[in-house]
Amino acid sequence: MPAQLVEGNSAVIVGAMYAGCDCFFGYPITPASEILQEASKYFPMIGRKFVQAESEEAAINMVYGAAAAGHRVLAASSGPGMSLKQEGISYIAGAELPCVIVDIVRAGPGLGNIGPEQSDYNQAVKGGGHGSYKNIVLAPNSVQEMCDFTIKAFDLAFKYRNPVVILADGVLGHMIEPLEFPKTAIEHHIDTSWAVAGNEATMKNLVTSIALDFNELEQHNVKLQAKYDRIQENEVEREEYRTEDADVILVSYGISSRIANSAVDAARKEGIKAGLFRPITLFPFPWDELKALADRGCSFISVEMSNGQMRDDIRLATGCKDVALVSRYGGNLIERDQILDMIREVA
Amino acid sequence: MAAKEKVIGPAGFYSIFERKGGAAPTATHYCPGCGHGILHKIIADTMMDLGIQDRCVLMSPVGCSVFAYYYIDCGHVQTAHGRAPAIATGISRAEDDAILISYQGDGDLASIGLNETVQAANRGEKITIFFVNNTVYGMTGGQMAPTTLVGEVTATTPNGRDPRDAGYPIHMCELLDTLKAPVYIERVSLSNINHIRKARRAVRRALEIQRDKKGYAFVEFLSPCPTILRMDAKGIERFINEEMEREFPLKRFRDRSVEAEPIERRESDFSKASLDKAFGVSASDSIEVVTNPEFVPKGVKISGFGGQGVLSMGLALAQAAYKAGRFVSWYPDYGPEQRGGTSNCSIVISGEQIGSPVVDEPDVLVAFNRPSLDKFATDVKKGGLILYDALAGAFKPPEGVRAIPVPATDIALGKGVEQAANTAMFGALMEAGNLGLPGEAFGRALERTFAKKPKLIPLNLEILETGAKSVR
Ligand SMILES: Cc1ncc(C[n+]2csc(CCOP(=O)(O)OP(=O)(O)O)c2C)c(N)n1
Ligand code: SF4
Repeated sequence: MPAQLVEGNSAVIVGAMYAGCDCFFGYPITPASEILQEASKYFPMIGRKFVQAESEEAAINMVYGAAAAGHRVLAASSGPGMSLKQEGISYIAGAELPCVIVDIVRAGPGLGNIGPEQSDYNQAVKGGGHGSYKNIVLAPNSVQEMCDFTIKAFDLAFKYRNPVVILADGVLGHMIEPLEFPKTAIEHHIDTSWAVAGNEATMKNLVTSIALDFNELEQHNVKLQAKYDRIQENEVEREEYRTEDADVILVSYGISSRIANSAVDAARKEGIKAGLFRPITLFPFPWDELKALADRGCSFISVEMSNGQMRDDIRLATGCKDVALVSRYGGNLIERDQILDMIREVA
Repeated sequence: MAAKEKVIGPAGFYSIFERKGGAAPTATHYCPGCGHGILHKIIADTMMDLGIQDRCVLMSPVGCSVFAYYYIDCGHVQTAHGRAPAIATGISRAEDDAILISYQGDGDLASIGLNETVQAANRGEKITIFFVNNTVYGMTGGQMAPTTLVGEVTATTPNGRDPRDAGYPIHMCELLDTLKAPVYIERVSLSNINHIRKARRAVRRALEIQRDKKGYAFVEFLSPCPTILRMDAKGIERFINEEMEREFPLKRFRDRSVEAEPIERRESDFSKASLDKAFGVSASDSIEVVTNPEFVPKGVKISGFGGQGVLSMGLALAQAAYKAGRFVSWYPDYGPEQRGGTSNCSIVISGEQIGSPVVDEPDVLVAFNRPSLDKFATDVKKGGLILYDALAGAFKPPEGVRAIPVPATDIALGKGVEQAANTAMFGALMEAGNLGLPGEAFGRALERTFAKKPKLIPLNLEILETGAKSVR
């Protein structure tokens, strides 16, 4: 397969464009800016649409507009920019519009710094804006997956008419690895049953998230929750490594999962039966799959660059209160030996 | 029964407000005497008159007109507070033929959405903005708006707007008139039949501009809100004609509709062939990465001042490893010093899937300057190697680590290209790095690095070789 060495942020643009993404709207912020820059280079090259918006709020609302018109549209940001987008994402979820949003998570809170963290877990996975809604959240851990998951994200976004967040981080955004280019390109198609595209076929349609009548809005929410249940039922994805006979299970996603993978190998060399459970979808979270491991009597360690945000979900899934946490903050990556120490302690 | 109650109004206006539902399907949700109702009818009428109904998409804002979609028979998108111009931008970019009508109140447009308002105007988006200025926030119960007159009593200016606390009314037409891109800007009034006639002409002009795809049009309407202002029909007419007009004079600020050229955007291309071409995808790039657990992974760290080609040398190394069928990752390290002029990157070369792409304990450190040596030399693994530019001066490596000075800068200067010190260093790495990569992979990587400047390839290959020789 044709492959090149490509940066993670560029791989997002490759994936998006082969997935038929027609519009990109963004605002610069490190470490996500390369996505914006690559979009500014490649989108116009083949007539696709690019606007550097005046703010992340404006950008996400341009996304809302293009999505309302039925087009495939991408946004990317980080840290404070993601916070600003939350109002718009809530509207997108409420109006049931499909779109893909890439979060190249940086260290927070506040202005923080431009180093990697995974501290937007709750924001992305639990909703993030106002109201009872959920994003579908995919967590890549390689440059290849930055591309492939972007393609997958568009499929899911349109299948469920829901925002999909690619939750990555500063390392995945900036690292370079070989990328196999997509084998197919998706053609543009507008679903005239709901889009508002400024033509006769869609003239009677309405995109909105308001329902003044309490019962009507309640019904809308019930419908949304049923959709999230369907997603939970059908779309869970995870990867397991050496878990078959493991006593200690590392749970980790994104860049941390790669370091955890190395820690598993190192622990095995010491004769400790360690394994890695890597959620690929963070919503839907792999509740049942983790529960199955808990039922076998495994111990769990959450490996994440945040304050145990995912650990809360592991606790819920496994029913174990004493899930250990290996974490770093502030832009520092977790080190393999830090994980190894905890494995030894728990084993 | 409903049929008998049909609203007699313009075509382009629903005759029964089905989306509204409720007991009175032909009553609007606006107060009697409200300017919104008047303007809705003008828009519906003009839309039909110009034959553009199917192309029209109306943005309903947050405000009293949030339900504009009950009434006007076209495509509708309900928007977040103040964001309508951004949403319209999104639709307009996606659908070049769509006619976007952004319908906004003064709080929506001039307060929370001021940035979107100004920026969409400045980009010259193909949007018509209909700006309803009633000097108050209607929907939320009559609080101060950016356009509230000095001295005007509102729910949040109980003693009248005091400019010392609350500033002065914002003049949107005047403000936007400072921008270059807008095609049309006019302020009209909805206070009485004479004014409404002129307002109708302004709506028509603005929508003609959209029909002809000529760009941005902005019409401000001084509009009655008798409910919040607690005035009767006569009172509100007087308020608009005298007090509002004094602050907001009616005027056509510009009309460049004749000279403006239509804006036509290219159609998007979705073909795989075009994508492959854009990204330079070619079968010759295909390489078989082989899993080989026997291969001992190598971590390389390259560090120096910005401008010394640290990152590009790292990329060339990654390229060489990739060409040799290895798993490889390249990662530019962050750090507080990033802006201070030094930069470094990590390259991991492996026979298996790579874990962390960050190299904390390098097998090989390449240091282009003294600070890099001082910072990273102690991290190098026992049995590891340090290659450093000889200009960094005398240096004693840590126990069990070999250090080789490389006259990289001198070699590059000798060939007349100071920037090529990294190529000389690359040669030294090829020779002494013990990275388990064949020499020709380094040459091929260089060729790839200079693919866009092929003239530089022979010289760089020569410098590569000289660098290698210098440590032989
Ligand atoms: C982010 C946000 N802040 C506040 C509100 C509450 N809100 C609803 S309507 C409105 C004022 C609208 O006033 P204006 O734009 O003047 O329109 P009018 O109601 O007068 O037609 C406000 C503040 C909101 N919906 N969203
Ligand atoms: S409150 Fe004012 S703006 Fe709102 S509907 Fe009533 S009259 Fe119109």
